Amino acid sequence: MADFYEKLGNIDRRIIFVLIALAVIIPIIFGMVFPNPVGAEPSRDLFNYVDSLPEGSNVLISFDYDPSTMPELQPMAEAIVLHLFQKNINIVGMALWPQGASLGQDAMSSMADSLGKVQFEDWCNLGYKTGGGVMIVRLGSSMSAVFPTDRDDVLWSEIPMLRGITSLESFSLIISLSAGDPGIIAWVMMAGDRFGVPIGGGCTAVSAPTLYTYLQTGQMVGMLGGLKGAADYETLVGITGGQAVRGMAPQSIAHIVIMLFIIIGNVAYLSQRKKGGAK
Amino acid sequence: MNWEILGIWLGALVTLCLYSFLYRDNPFYKFAEHLFVGMSAGYWVIYTIENVLIPNWWLKMFPAEGGFNWVWLIPGIFALFMLARIVPKIAGLSRLSLGMIVGVGAGLSMVSFFQTNAMAQVKGTIFSVATGSAWDVFSSLVLVVGVVSGLVYFFFSKAHTGLFGKTANVGITILMVAFGASFGYTIMARISLLIGRCQFLLEDWLPTIPRLLGIGG
Repeated sequence: MADFYEKLGNIDRRIIFVLIALAVIIPIIFGMVFPNPVGAEPSRDLFNYVDSLPEGSNVLISFDYDPSTMPELQPMAEAIVLHLFQKNINIVGMALWPQGASLGQDAMSSMADSLGKVQFEDWCNLGYKTGGGVMIVRLGSSMSAVFPTDRDDVLWSEIPMLRGITSLESFSLIISLSAGDPGIIAWVMMAGDRFGVPIGGGCTAVSAPTLYTYLQTGQMVGMLGGLKGAADYETLVGITGGQAVRGMAPQSIAHIVIMLFIIIGNVAYLSQRKKGGAK
Repeated sequence: MNWEILGIWLGALVTLCLYSFLYRDNPFYKFAEHLFVGMSAGYWVIYTIENVLIPNWWLKMFPAEGGFNWVWLIPGIFALFMLARIVPKIAGLSRLSLGMIVGVGAGLSMVSFFQTNAMAQVKGTIFSVATGSAWDVFSSLVLVVGVVSGLVYFFFSKAHTGLFGKTANVGITILMVAFGASFGYTIMARISLLIGRCQFLLEDWLPTIPRLLGIGG
């Protein structure tokens, strides 16, 4: 029995890789979808806040990520954009990350096409601007000074939906979809706490534990954390078969496999320690 | 040529090359790694010139309506100072630029950072105890006990014995729970990326194979 535990402890890591791969691939091939109940979570808080905004409000979405974190953040972007369009809320997109502007354009244009929303009247994309937090402070005094044109070089003054927008305070909500720095923390620090604009957001699962502290203090109105947060928002908006919801089955099974290996590893370790082999 | 299919195939092949490292280091992995690093560097150089230098500096020095704003030579000179690091004799010049960047950054964010990450967090911890339902009050108490005992653990000027030691033990336990939660979230993030790649390979790439072979329309 002791040998068995020793072999378990020395299991080839490639076997673990294969099992994790199977745990992810099989649910995708068979199209498995697990129920995704949404409780009283930060995801619901963000959904409720967006839902309570009156028609015609202006919301700024900052797409602060790049393709490396698309699996987590792009479903969030699409679900939030869909919800805002369904509520007839105007969306102004921008990005603190260079490639975020293109990913935001994809999310907004695809949802706009499906709902008949018109660019420059219902939504626009100001594009990427360098500077992070320093640039956000400038947005607090003049948006058009920072973005004299949109992403496609259309002048600010020629975009009808921007006529009433002067600074960050013109927005009812700012949503940052963030994969790191600059991202949510910069928005909370420079826009939320400085200008009093409500901040919501979505982030990768890695950074979620750090950002939960801003929820408890009321510095953020709600937050989507990782793929689970994206799946929550898809469920709340009513997207059936969304990318994030479909991703939760392989996610859950892979977690079970990892937990099994954690248990096996600990059993093997304790067994060896009992024998006096491990310290 | 169908550029979309070509792009999907390139993406799939490079993905498989990178994952081949999980078996062992090999030339395919090395090729994909070098390709990624080289393309990233090239992409960033061009992107920075096109989207940062030209609109934020060059077009302000030479505006479209004509003329020359000499003031914009100053940031240009400071930018050149940054490159002085590669010439050992004048490397010290780069400190002027770095000093300005650090100074402006610190000046703008010092108060905001303290307000957002210290004052607001302390206020949230203290005032959360007195409000909300019984469950909220309990959660808040856990928060306060966690914060205080966690801080006690990092106080090394007094021996961790007696009541002080027990409080520190509570602190380290809560810290371990926090690290566990962070570890779980990290796994979720990494598995999410794997899911994204697998969805790409299975749902975008695999269906192109029959199309290329002329099977199934």
